Amino acid sequence: MTPAEQPSHAELARVVREHAGRLATSLVHVIGDFSAAEDLVQDAVLAALERWPADGIPDRPDAWLFTVARRRGLDVLRRESNYRRKLARLQWPVQAEPDDRLRLIFTCCHPALARSAQIALTLRVVCGLTTAQIARAFLTTESAVARRITRAKRKITDAGVPYRIPGDDELPGRLNDVLTVIYLLLNEGYVSTSEHAHSRDLVEDAEWLAALLHALMPAEVEVAGLLALIRLHRARVAARFDPDGAIVLLRDQDRSLWDRQAIAEATRLLAQAARRRDPGPYQLQAAIVACHAEAESWQATDWEQIVVLYDMLLHLAPSPVIRLHRAIAVRYVEGLHAAMAELGSLGEELDRYHLYHATRADLLRELGDADQARAADRRALELTANPAEQAVLRGRLAWD
Amino acid sequence: MKYVLLFVDTEQFANDLEAMGQDERDRAFQRVNEWFAEHAGKIRGGSKLQPADTATTVRLEGGDPVITDGPFVEGKEVVSGYAEIEVADLDEAMRMVKSWPGCPVVEIRPLES
Repeated sequence: MTPAEQPSHAELARVVREHAGRLATSLVHVIGDFSAAEDLVQDAVLAALERWPADGIPDRPDAWLFTVARRRGLDVLRRESNYRRKLARLQWPVQAEPDDRLRLIFTCCHPALARSAQIALTLRVVCGLTTAQIARAFLTTESAVARRITRAKRKITDAGVPYRIPGDDELPGRLNDVLTVIYLLLNEGYVSTSEHAHSRDLVEDAEWLAALLHALMPAEVEVAGLLALIRLHRARVAARFDPDGAIVLLRDQDRSLWDRQAIAEATRLLAQAARRRDPGPYQLQAAIVACHAEAESWQATDWEQIVVLYDMLLHLAPSPVIRLHRAIAVRYVEGLHAAMAELGSLGEELDRYHLYHATRADLLRELGDADQARAADRRALELTANPAEQAVLRGRLAWD
Repeated sequence: MKYVLLFVDTEQFANDLEAMGQDERDRAFQRVNEWFAEHAGKIRGGSKLQPADTATTVRLEGGDPVITDGPFVEGKEVVSGYAEIEVADLDEAMRMVKSWPGCPVVEIRPLES
């Protein structure tokens, strides 16, 4: 190691993420207890984040983390002679095992746990985030995150949540839970980039998780779809904010800032998945984003293709918000009046949704109805000023 | 692991059952009996309960016991039966419950070991 080289935060995050989950699987394997193993990993991660910035990242970070976790385990598990014996016998390097992190992921995302607990647990156990990092990323307190994790781990132990990969019959539903967790990380990271630039980049964690899942389950096309979706977003992140940190709408973005190579790679990944002819919501969302990402300009966008993709998406997952986005695309295919007619049927369901009114204002202005347009804009503004609506905004799909 | 399944009736479910003809109701009970037969190897005990209006609740918190007529929570969902089961883990319990043909809500509660 070279003590002179101080590792950056990003580098620390990367190295910890690469090894924390593996260490957790080895420890679960040895001591047979998810919760105890997880505590040891967290201790080792905290020790690393304390030492590595000063000492540099060791040549074998995995061995370093292992040694700390083992020592710590022998110490704290004093009363649990059973675990202690097992740990004491354990030497580095541990016997090579197949990558067991899928079991870890499926346990963290078990449907018997609340969604917020699934998210916190996945970040801590699989990605090696500390409780403090999770709290900062979600703008909440450390004690709130700690409580959530403690409760989830207690439930895993006491309610008999198994540490296993679900059988084929349960797999689609269970995989969907995992994908939802990763997707929510993408959303959370996507909307918060401008607000707290110094905290953990959750989009990076989301990409890493999706890539890991894709490597472990290469035949699952929706995993590939979600990975492509995340990469398409990340490829264009440089254009999303102006120098003052304000969001730049897709239509106004400087497309020369987009990472064309990353876009091409993500699109290839998506095309590969599409060859299996098993479309799902994530592949379709990625395909819609790809249409935007591949277009030279807003005007040159393949709106017809986008409308078709929205139709498919609506078929799989009907939602008024998706219909609204479809209406925006319809404007460029069939014209203002057609788009306006589409909006008309959404008024009741989306009356409290600010984007509905903002879109309506846009169309009315184009149609020459300035008074009505202003009224709709005012309504949109009212709704965005409402904190509850801001929460809805956070939860909405990140369509640009 | 051992769990108790708490079977929960809703008002809607009770009304639906009421509205059924005799044959239809017999078939519904038949499906429940079949479910118990299918899982007999995992069921350690349990029973259907008398209706919630037969319940008596005794509150011992502070001072004299307070006795009230009715279940401990007044609501549209009432516990109508229970079964103790012994299975490998929560996934197996969940699998069992997913095919339950009776009342619309089931709570799975692990027993203290």
